[in-house]
Amino acid sequence: MDLDDTDLEFRHEIRAWLSENVPTGLSSMDTADGFEQHREWERTLAKARLSAVSWPAEHGGRGASLTEWLVFEEEYWAAGAPGRVAQNGIFLLAPTLYAHGTEEQQARLLPRMARADDIWAQAWSEPEAGSDLAAIRSRGVRTDGGWLLSGQKTWSSRAAFADRGFGLFRTEPEAERHRGLTYFLFDLRAPGVTVRPIPQLDGEAGFAEIFLDEVFVPDHDVLGEPGAGWRVAMSTAGNERGLSLRSPGRFCAAADRLLALWREVGDPSDTALRNKVLDAWMGARAYRLHVLGSLDRPVGAEASVTKLFWSQLDLALHETALELLGPAAELAGPWLDGYLFALAGPIYAGTNEIQRNVVAERVLGLPR
Amino acid sequence: MKFTLSDEQRQFAQALRDALRQSTSWDTLLALGVHEVESVPDLVVAFLELGRAAVPGPVVESFAVLREPSSTLAWPPHVPYIVDDADHVYAIVHDTRYRAILEDARSSVDPARQLHEYRLGEAVGPIDGQAFDRGVLACSAQLVGLGRALLARTRDYALQRKQFGKAIGSFQAVKHHLADVHVALELAEPLVFGAAVTMTASDVSAAKIAAGTAAYQAMRTALQVHGAIGYTAEFELSRWLLKVRALVTAWGTESFHRERLMAALCG
Repeated sequence: MDLDDTDLEFRHEIRAWLSENVPTGLSSMDTADGFEQHREWERTLAKARLSAVSWPAEHGGRGASLTEWLVFEEEYWAAGAPGRVAQNGIFLLAPTLYAHGTEEQQARLLPRMARADDIWAQAWSEPEAGSDLAAIRSRGVRTDGGWLLSGQKTWSSRAAFADRGFGLFRTEPEAERHRGLTYFLFDLRAPGVTVRPIPQLDGEAGFAEIFLDEVFVPDHDVLGEPGAGWRVAMSTAGNERGLSLRSPGRFCAAADRLLALWREVGDPSDTALRNKVLDAWMGARAYRLHVLGSLDRPVGAEASVTKLFWSQLDLALHETALELLGPAAELAGPWLDGYLFALAGPIYAGTNEIQRNVVAERVLGLPR
Repeated sequence: MKFTLSDEQRQFAQALRDALRQSTSWDTLLALGVHEVESVPDLVVAFLELGRAAVPGPVVESFAVLREPSSTLAWPPHVPYIVDDADHVYAIVHDTRYRAILEDARSSVDPARQLHEYRLGEAVGPIDGQAFDRGVLACSAQLVGLGRALLARTRDYALQRKQFGKAIGSFQAVKHHLADVHVALELAEPLVFGAAVTMTASDVSAAKIAAGTAAYQAMRTALQVHGAIGYTAEFELSRWLLKVRALVTAWGTESFHRERLMAALCG
């Protein structure tokens, strides 16, 4: 694609570095050993200031532009580099810290995040509050110099081995659903915290339940104003659905691998399967061009448009690959891993049913 | 590549949209200089609006392919009949432009399209190498524009039409259909603009497939949500509905473009 010279220079630098450094054979990040191997990889990235390229230098980044960040992502996934164990922090919490955190919080938390000294888990969902996040019941009660958190969170990605968590707690029980919530950062190893890993479809403990019993959180770990947690959290949810987590690079790399697989094993007379390969390739390309075309627009309800698209695209890419593999698709392998991950796409970050409502109501203006 | 429209392109689109709301006659197009558009991205900008307004006539053939506002053509097998009529009528056979003589009229699924059989006259000369892909892309942009108009009209209807005491647009089943159409159109359009910049066979064919699929989904959803009123000839929705049906197979069917795309990707 037509990028300018600095973008191209950046691309070459990243490509060269990745070709020398990308590790192979890491265990699943959802095992104790694998988690630490992935943490090491994050530290290797951080030493080259590539763990969070778009952050300013004082926080461990290199001040990359949005376009350079997209280039980095394309190269990262094309190089076959591993999924990011630090992504909850870097892609979900960090944008919120930049938008709502104090300078003190940014200076204290971001460099540790960039170096993977703290790996973060998100603690959004609760047993009675999934896509209906405003229904959360876990509470925070004022105490000397801070708050005491109690309650239960569930489906917290990476929580089994992570260091810290971020989530919403009800601090004004009488207030309406969306009001009276506060955004807290807390230690997963603090007294009063119990983490119970939940094996996922693939058998690994990718997420966990978190039980909190009067867990102390100092005032400086409240993100944004007490009581304003909903607004703060929604900016994070927008990032999860929108650009920051689902950069097109991952899908473009998968589409290229799918095409390669078709060339290797595809039956040219099987036009039905050929069409699925083409649809997946077109989808990845469409998504990339869509993202490049919307860089100058703020991410709002449109994040729901992309969430619907990439979650379905990710599934289609992997389903098609499994179909191409035929009976061998049953065996463990990268396509199967990717497929199991993709199956969750239409569920997490707000189910696709909720996203369709958001698109219909907030983009198309249909009544609630 | 940064796909954002320039201020000039936005203004051109807006001027066309405003003017076409008043009249879809060709005088409007000529007054706004559609016949002078040179670059393919600008053509795409124009044809999105021509589609949105369901402008009749051989717009693709005249403005995008031949670039002569008083001309039309057939390009077998993808455009098998002469589309409408004009002062100058051609047929393109093996990249050579022949004069064509109109014969029997054939009716299109779109009553606003007048098709004609023809016989070949004398050869005039070669046609430029990008002409076919300009036709494909203009047609693709027209399809996206038609889809956008269908979605907007359907949305308006869903707000106004009440059943069971509520606007039908408040029902989740209706909302989800419309959201899916919106997503399909939003992600088809970048393929059309992307192809306009690269003009590679794979990008152009992908654009036509995605635009055709999205517009067709918009068309089916529009009819379903409108219900029986959408099926009546006097209700003007049919102008958009039937043009989509005609253009989905014009300038290369989906299977033609899939063959071409696969050939380009896998050699």
